[in-house]
Parts: sequence; structure tokens; C-alpha cells
Amino acid sequence: MTHVSITVNGKARKAQVEPRMLLVHFLRERLNLTGTHVGCDTSQCGACTVLIDGRSAKSCTVFAVQADGSEVTTIEGLARDGRLHPLQESFWEEHGLQCGYCTPGMILSAVNLLNDNPNPNERQIREGISGNFCRCTGYQHIVNAIQSAARKAAVAGAAVRDPRAGS
Amino acid sequence: MPSSPVLPKLVGQRVKRREDPRLIQGRGTYVDDLKIAGMLHVAFKRSDVAHGCIASIDTSAAEAMEGVEAVFTGARIAELLGPMPIGTPFPSPDHRAVAADIVRYAGEPVAVVVAADRYVARDAADAIAVSYDVLPAVVDPELAMSGKPTVIHDAFPNNLAVALVPSGTGVSPEGAVDDTAIDEAFARAEVVISQRMVNQRLVPSAIEPRGVVAHFEPGKGTMTIWSSTQNPHILRSMIAAMTGLGQDQVRAIAPEVGGGFGSKINVYGEEYVCAVVSRQLGLPLKWVEDRSEAFVATTHGRDIIGYVDLAARRDGTVLGMKLRLIADIGAYNMLLTAAIPTLTMLMANATYDIPAIRTTLTEVFTNKTPTDAYRGAGRPEATYFVERAMDMLARELGMDPAEVRRKNFISKDKFPYQTQMGAVYDSGDYERALDLALEKSGWAGLKKQRDAARAEGRLVGLGLSMYVEVCGIGPSASLPTGGWEHSQVTVERDGRISATTGASPHGQGNETTFAQMLADQFGVPIEHVTILHGDTGVVKQGIGTFGSRSQAVGGAALHLAGGKVKAKMAKFAAALLEAHEQDLVFESGTISVKGAPARGKTFAEVAGFAYIPVPLPEGLEPGLSEEAFFEPPNNTYPFGCHISMLEIDRETGEPTLLKLVAVDDAGNLINPMIVEGQIHGGLAQGIGQAMIEEAVYSDDGQLLTGSFMDYAVPRAIDFPRFELYNTVTPTPVNPLGAKGVGEAGTLGSTPCIVAAAVDALSGFGVKHIDMMLRPEKLWRIIQGDRP
Repeated sequence: MTHVSITVNGKARKAQVEPRMLLVHFLRERLNLTGTHVGCDTSQCGACTVLIDGRSAKSCTVFAVQADGSEVTTIEGLARDGRLHPLQESFWEEHGLQCGYCTPGMILSAVNLLNDNPNPNERQIREGISGNFCRCTGYQHIVNAIQSAARKAAVAGAAVRDPRAGS
Repeated sequence: MPSSPVLPKLVGQRVKRREDPRLIQGRGTYVDDLKIAGMLHVAFKRSDVAHGCIASIDTSAAEAMEGVEAVFTGARIAELLGPMPIGTPFPSPDHRAVAADIVRYAGEPVAVVVAADRYVARDAADAIAVSYDVLPAVVDPELAMSGKPTVIHDAFPNNLAVALVPSGTGVSPEGAVDDTAIDEAFARAEVVISQRMVNQRLVPSAIEPRGVVAHFEPGKGTMTIWSSTQNPHILRSMIAAMTGLGQDQVRAIAPEVGGGFGSKINVYGEEYVCAVVSRQLGLPLKWVEDRSEAFVATTHGRDIIGYVDLAARRDGTVLGMKLRLIADIGAYNMLLTAAIPTLTMLMANATYDIPAIRTTLTEVFTNKTPTDAYRGAGRPEATYFVERAMDMLARELGMDPAEVRRKNFISKDKFPYQTQMGAVYDSGDYERALDLALEKSGWAGLKKQRDAARAEGRLVGLGLSMYVEVCGIGPSASLPTGGWEHSQVTVERDGRISATTGASPHGQGNETTFAQMLADQFGVPIEHVTILHGDTGVVKQGIGTFGSRSQAVGGAALHLAGGKVKAKMAKFAAALLEAHEQDLVFESGTISVKGAPARGKTFAEVAGFAYIPVPLPEGLEPGLSEEAFFEPPNNTYPFGCHISMLEIDRETGEPTLLKLVAVDDAGNLINPMIVEGQIHGGLAQGIGQAMIEEAVYSDDGQLLTGSFMDYAVPRAIDFPRFELYNTVTPTPVNPLGAKGVGEAGTLGSTPCIVAAAVDALSGFGVKHIDMMLRPEKLWRIIQGDRP
């Protein structure tokens, strides 16, 4: 067993874990943060995507011990003070989800994408989320949702906020 | 009476989904999110050979591991569980949830481990040592039909599961075959198109793998089973039958379900095993499939070879068609396996008035994962075979592919139309869908663009396809479960509405569309309506969600139940208002007298009165809760036209889809936004099949495309922006006029994309290319090979 100290959604978490425990299992089974999903075992599908120190990462490809000392944001930590993150809003408005299983990972990948490039074109959006599989939507409404969030942020004169930056 | 804001009608509107707030915040509860005190974890040891006798199985190392509660071999499971049932009337070999002596596909379970956590369970499964006397495997269905090199089930010589069922023109209901009409059609033909086509095997790949939590409570003698299923009521029936419990003692729950696409209709061995082992141990158990497991353990789709012969005159008039089908169903029959290819036969008329059709079907066992329903389930295969043949005919005659279709359409004045295959198409206007697709795609302009690109040396092609689909699956004669759907609508004492539906969704948005309907029906805010589903303890009856039936059958049941409650509520309101019930208007949260809006009561006041009816109006029981079963008199037959433009890189053979225009007619639409989403998703899976998806086996029966590294689930970057249009031809077979749309996108897309690829490579003399459009295959054609 190894000691880890990870800040998850702004809250410091300390635990003893097996060195082989995947971060996704640490989040889901130890912290009961079940919004992060597991869709494959080869790091293709992206359902387990979280932000580690503000960057998107597939949490099935990270051991919990590797995240020691990091700040992790999961889908549960994205809304602030009862206000949805603009990407959550736009996924809802644009019908960017159906079964919802890929959605948390897809939204967090989109957060990363818009942090890197607040004004992406359609091609850049499609490339930016190509590490996340969705089997339901054919992606078009997801692309629309990301475009909509980017547009609204541009109108508001601010980048889509970094979830670590508080409200 | 207080005045209320006027509520807009919601049916037909793009209402935001009511499911989404929980799902975008990670608050949905899927099977793997469930925890029950004392719950243990299950792992399956699976065969790593495709065909062999189990020579020995040693579980001692696994049993000795810390945290392991129990290990069950196939022999021990056989003491608890009988052979797996199927849901079709075809003969089926003995199939055990856990193999005891012979394994017939790689991935077949051979032992079960129960342990304290999933890591230990997996370690213990790995520690089970199994040795096999390996038998020859067969993966090619046409080879398997010769009985060489192996017979997979002794009782099925030559591996024939279902042999040569003739159907179509000249075949009597008793099966007497008269070839006169079909022979004459081919004798009169001026041109005959003949082609062998492969509709390849696919892996459904719902992003949520399957999972089960089974909890037998010895004190109560009841079983609760949570499963990632499309049809909890079917699951309940099957679990009851296999455990010996009554249906009243089993509660099946489909919590949030992360996609299904047909692969979660089947009731699987893992579900039965978790149930009987939970009962045996008296403990709650969880099993969650991992993706590598899903590739071999969850049913596959398609895998049908079609030999198509089309007889026509030189003016493009089709005289007859023969369609010989060979379906590779894998190693066993599952719930609906054997029935899926019969839908390919049923839809062989496509959108055409073909005077003589003869189809035959052979279903063959091979050493592969069993097949079952996958989005479209038999109808995309029919569409593909017929539309490819129509395209080849157009090319042979030098006709525009649209005009060959137009010449052979079932005309709109012929509906209801009895097909040669025994279907009765409910309604249709195929020419209107074709014309709209031609207009919206700018067909004439696209041809110019294509020709200009070709003049520059680019390989650009156009494809067009029609489709018609059998949806709204029912009536009861066509499903062993019954083909109805059920709903109970309750106006609660406070005037809010709760309604159950047996159409258990897994992404279709029924909570939204059904609430839209009830909000309109009762004139109340949608926020006052809750749709309950997926739990047989709450939803008393149901069949499930498949065959594009949620709206056409489930929605109709909801509408009928709502109508019954409304009629009763009107009687209570009439008593309160001293008015005739037929004079009442339900609008904007009030019930008032027509023409005298001031004379009214709030919806909640009337609801309250119905539960404390003093005095009780004569002839009424208290309360406002009614149920309805809707049995459709017929299926629905939605249709459409898809057009694509595709370019192939001359150097690498890589195809790029440049444009896809889809015209779909699903009848009346409740929520056009959700319908668009369904079509997008179907298109993605159809384009995936045409261009990049294929389950490939080695000759010794190993699935070579056994992970997402090898099996190409389409990504966002693989698609252009889809262009959607629709026509509306309501169906007369249900009170909503809605036909169903969940599978539509998978039908038109495959033949229209392959047609575009053939068009792009027409300069190389190619007439047909089998899916998927692997760049290597296209490159070889460019280099001079002929497929």
C-alpha cells in the first residue's frame, strides 16, 4: 500500500492505495465520484477523461499513485455554486448527448480544447475530441455544443473558465 | 379562478431533454455505479481457443487466493442453471452459460470467480488453469456449410442452423414452392445483374459495456437484478424462468443504460449466472464487463452474405429478383439470433414494385461470437443488397441511379401495399423523398462538381440510396414476448402527473418526448410531468426498447392511458363545474368550460377532488390512475433517401466522405431535435460500417479486431457535417402517426457510400466493392486489381 495525497475537485484527499490501482478506480470506488466512466481498457474511448492540473488525461491510463500531489477535476467538480459550466449548458442546449455515458469525458476534453484554443474551427473541434468516442450522437450535436460554448465565451469577452479558478 | 400563463404546445417542438441535467453533471447511475453492502465481485474465466474440449480445469490456485469467496466451473454451474433459452421458434443446440466440456468460440466462459473486489476476482480468474484438446475451427460460413473442417454441434450436420427457407413469390403459407413466376421473370430479362455481396460482421460497441448486479434476499425469497439492458421486463421473465422463481418474485431494473444498439436486448449467460450464484451464496454480486471481454462476449451484428440476381428490361424496369442469403450466426443461437436474417428476407422488396422475388436463407454456425440484433437488425442488410443491385443496374444501363429507382417505386397511391415478401407497407411516398434529396443535395450540380474534379484527375464519386424499414416492432404475432407496450398514467393528488412506460430507454430521450405528449394532452407545464421507466417494480408491464418501437408502440400506449385518465378527470371536473364533460377544455393548468373561461377550476383542484370526492359523483371510483396496453395492428414502414459524395486518394486509396444528405420520413415527429440526434447516430454507425468497421477473425478463430486499437469505432474527425431533411407521411397504424427513427440512419448510408466509392473508381472498371472501404482494397483497384 502506498500513501497518496490528491486534491480532487478542490478538496484534499489522502488515502492508502495499492500501487496498481488506477486513478479512475480511485475516483469511482474510493471517493464515490462515479461520474467518471470506464468504457475501454486500452485508452481509446476517453469516457474516463478528467483534468489533472488543468490538462485532460485518461484516468484509466494513470495510476492513482502517479496523481499524487496533483489537482484533479472530475465532472462533479465542473459546476460551481449551482451554476453549470458553459460547456455543460451548451451540451444540454444543443442535444450533445444521448445515453450520457461518454458525456463527462467528452465535456472535460472540450474544456481542455477551449482552454488551449478559445476559438477553434470545426476541424479543430473534431480533432480535439477525437480521443473521445461517442457511439450515440454521430458527434454533430457535440460539435455544435462546443461551438456554441466558444461563441458565448467570445461574446462575454472571456475564455471558458478554467475549472480550477473558482467561480 | 386564478389566471394562468398560456402554455405553448410542446409536441413537435425542440424541447431540451429532461434527462440531461443529471447526465452532464455525472449524476446518472449506471450499473457499475451501484454499491450494495456486502456485495462481492464476479469475474469470468473465458476460453482462449475457438474450438476445443476442456481436458482439465484446475481452480485450486484461484480458490486459495485471499479474498476469493467461491469458484464455479461449468459443471458446477450446470447444477444450478439449465440450458440457455432462445426467443425464436428455430431448433437450437444445447448452450450453457458456462461451458463444461466443449468450447465453441474464443471468449466462451469456462469458470466463474466470486471475490471481494474486482482486482482480486480478475487475478483469481487468471489463476485458473485450463487445458484444451484443440479441435479444428471454422470461421468461413461457406466453408462451414460443407461440414469441413469441423462440425460444431453434432445435432446440426454441415453446421446448418436454419437451412434454406424459401420465401417470396410463389411460396404458399404452408411452404409449397412454385417457381413459375420467378423463372418467367428471368426468362424475359434483357439484362441480369448478379453479384455476391458481403455485409460484414460488426461489433456493436455501446460505450458502456454490459454489467449486472444480482441480489437475492434469502429472507424475502426475492431477486433484484440490475442490468444494462434494453428490456428489463424480458429480463425479468427470463430470470424468473431460469431461477424457478415467480415473476412476482423477481424485480429487474435497467438503471441509466449507456447505449445498447440492439446488443443489450439479449439476456446473457452472465445475467443468469450472477442470479443463480447470488441465490446460491445469498449475497449480492456485481459483474461488469471490460472492453476486451465485450468484444468477444457481447453479441455481434450483421455478417450476412447475399447472392443477388436482378432481372430487368433495358429501360430499367425490374422484372424479378433472387436473393440467396447465408448468415454466419457464430457458435450459438442467442435470444433473437435466428430471427434477425429473416428480417432481411422480409424487406427484400425495398421501395420497389418487383413482380417476382425469391429469397432463401441459410444460417450457419461458425466458431465465432454469436450474432444478434445490431441497430437495423436485418433491414440494413436487405437495403444494402437490393440498393447495391439497383445501383449496378443503373450503371449497366447507363442510367441515372435516381431514375432507375423512380421507374420501379411502389407508387404512393398503392398504400397500404402488400409486398411479395408478405409485409404490408402502411404508408409511403418514395418519389417525394427522392425528389427532396435530389433538390436539397443539388444532384445535378454535384454531378458537375464530380466531373470537374475528375477532369483534374481526382477520384470523386456520388452515391444514392433509398430505404424502407420495418419499425414499431409488434404486433404480438411477430414477437415471442408479445408485441404490445404498456403505460400507466396517474394524475397525482397535487395535480402533478406521473407516468410509466415499458419502453425502457438507453439514450432515446423518452423522459422528454413522453412528457411533452402528456403536457399537451392535459394542458399542464412539462415540469409537472415525470416519466418512470426501467424498473419492473414500478412499471408493472412492458416489453422494451428495440426495433424503433419506443414512440410508435410505447408512445401510443402512453397516449391511450393518458386519454383514459383525462376522460375520467373530465367527469370529476364536470361534476365540480356543473357542466357537460364534452364542453370542458384542459388548458394552461386549468379545466374550464368552453366559451366561458372564467368558469373553471385549476388542474390541481380537480385532481384533489378526485381523491377526496365529497360527494362522489355517481358512477365514478375515486382516483385518477389508468393503464393501457397498445397492440399495434401492423408495423410501421419509415423510409427515405440518402445521397453521398466521396473522394478517394489516388496515391493511398484512402476514402474521405465529403457530403452526406439524408431525407428521412418517420411520420409525425414529437421532438425534431431528438429525431435529428437519432438519425445522426444511425448515420454514424452506417458510415462506420461502410468505411472503417469490420470484425476480423483469424482462420483459427481468434478475433483480430478485439480492442478499440484494432476495431475502428468512428471518431468525430471521420465525418463531414450531415445534412438532414424530412418529409412527413404519417402512419395510420397508431394514434400518433409516428413511425420510429432509431435505426433509420444505418439503412440508407451503407449502399449510398459504397455506390459513391464504385462511382469514384468507375474508371478502373470496378462494379462492386465489399465493405469496409479499406484503403488497401481501394488502392489495389487503382493499381489494376479487380475485386
